[in-house]
Amino acid sequence: MELDKIIETDLKMGSANQEVFADTLESLAAIDKSIIVVTSDSRGSGKLVPFGQKFPEQIVEVGIAEQNLVGVSAGLASAGKKTFAISPACFLTARALEQIKNDVAYSDNPVKLVGISAGVSYGALGTTHHSLHDFAVLRAINNMIIVAPADNFETEQAVLLAAKLDQPIYLRFGKKPMPLLSEENQDFEFGKGRILRKGNNITIIANGETVYPAWQAAKALEEKHGVSARVISMHTIKPLDTALLDELAAEGKPIITVEEHMVNGGLGEACASYLFQKGARNRFHIIGIPDEYTVTGSQGEIFKHYGISRDGILAQAETLLK
Amino acid sequence: MTDKDLKLKSVFLRKNLLKYIYKAKAGHTGGSLSCVDILNVLYNRVLNVDPSNFKNPDRDRYIQSKGHCVEALFVTLADRGFFPESDLETLCQYQSHYIGHPTKKVNGVEQNTGALGHGLPICVGEAIAAKLDKKTHRIFTLLGDGELPEGSNWEAFLSASHYKLDNLYAILDNNKQQITGSNQEVMNTDSLRDKLEAFGWSVREVDGHNLAELEEALNSGPFEVGKPNFIIAHTIKGKGISYMERVLKWHHGVPSPEQYDLALSELDAAEALI
Repeated sequence: MELDKIIETDLKMGSANQEVFADTLESLAAIDKSIIVVTSDSRGSGKLVPFGQKFPEQIVEVGIAEQNLVGVSAGLASAGKKTFAISPACFLTARALEQIKNDVAYSDNPVKLVGISAGVSYGALGTTHHSLHDFAVLRAINNMIIVAPADNFETEQAVLLAAKLDQPIYLRFGKKPMPLLSEENQDFEFGKGRILRKGNNITIIANGETVYPAWQAAKALEEKHGVSARVISMHTIKPLDTALLDELAAEGKPIITVEEHMVNGGLGEACASYLFQKGARNRFHIIGIPDEYTVTGSQGEIFKHYGISRDGILAQAETLLK
Repeated sequence: MTDKDLKLKSVFLRKNLLKYIYKAKAGHTGGSLSCVDILNVLYNRVLNVDPSNFKNPDRDRYIQSKGHCVEALFVTLADRGFFPESDLETLCQYQSHYIGHPTKKVNGVEQNTGALGHGLPICVGEAIAAKLDKKTHRIFTLLGDGELPEGSNWEAFLSASHYKLDNLYAILDNNKQQITGSNQEVMNTDSLRDKLEAFGWSVREVDGHNLAELEEALNSGPFEVGKPNFIIAHTIKGKGISYMERVLKWHHGVPSPEQYDLALSELDAAEALI
């Protein structure tokens, strides 16, 4: 299976976020022996083979058994280990959802759940391997931080912060190499949207691997129409940066949200719910995967089909700005 | 505590769990009565736990996988001084921490359980952590026989033997019944000993109402070096109350005033014989 080629970009290319995750974890584990990685035959796709070779005492393999992955991780975390439970997002947040709800969130065991190859990263492998439900189901569970970093910088920061965190968190990574989005804004904290591009005519809120097409669309809006578009990486869906949304509500300009998730229950609905209850009157549109049998194809083809692309976001922006 | 006192304690705990189920008008009566002797032995003869310093990292762990039999756990913890027994007056009431399943809001409870098939995987994690840290404390869980069909248990059975967790003790409250009928009717788990031995566990069988047998088994591990320990405790659902024993409706039946008085008089009679 050939990975999608990245669309030509004038940005510098980085690595896949899950590779940065593995590298960061490796550097942390070298100095902190309480870091434990738990895998379900997923160390290869999680880029953790070198980790396992360097730190055999700090990796626990449970085999293809996601319920046990999360239960065992809860026990390790309860015993004081800084535990990262790694599995493809599709299996981790569906097969083991009850363990996430009860053993991690409700029992308050500070496991760092890491969903790899998330969204439609697996492309033509199909719906069994897609995670288009994870934001929605985890948003409905108390005591769970949900983070989908956009680029290598956010990924590294998220892993460093997660390691220090004493509460449950879900980190969601894709497998495609990502461009380095902004070297200007180097502020990162959970629950604070990162403004990657300033603008005041329209705002595009995205997360994870959809931030890059959002950034491309903003650039095209300026070049084509002279429209100044703000781009926010809303890496943390929960807790949501409501202060930033308050500013957007006060501004009253159109908002587009973009996510690699079903439109039900994800980033867009989280923002819409907050804004509407605050009385916001912004024109608003959610771009994501619709509630249908997902079109088959590569990640890039699926993105393009559903308008999770420069052109798709651009067209939606043009509609909202009319 | 003498052996006689321990036997008296079992009667006392039965009276107490019935008292609070009767007051709350809710509870898992039959299963609490079948596992309360196991809890009595664990908390009074086996577990190294200190009510005034429960969070000591070197404590033995006890995670009750069959969380619905929380009444047996609560009366045992109260008796051991983890919290005042009067707290149980609020069992299942609005805003009480004493709900129908164990929660960590209650001093002495390790994990929030209640969904079945969750205790053992968590114990595997605790046992791996203890091995990594070269600690000598032990990890115990109590399983119900009705929860054995949960696939997560079998995932955990595999991993416990894979990691040679001889610091792990799974105790089965084998009362042979569940809410719909007998285990055999609902989902047959016969030849359990063979199944578990094939999964790499070291298995012993005891009379789950014989305090001496329980104590001997729970304190004599590991049964085999490098193997997780499984204790099949043969028990009777509703044990100690003649009209409840092996009668399905007492899975979560609550006694009427007359039935409650009869139960207490039977327990008084049992006490007099000790």
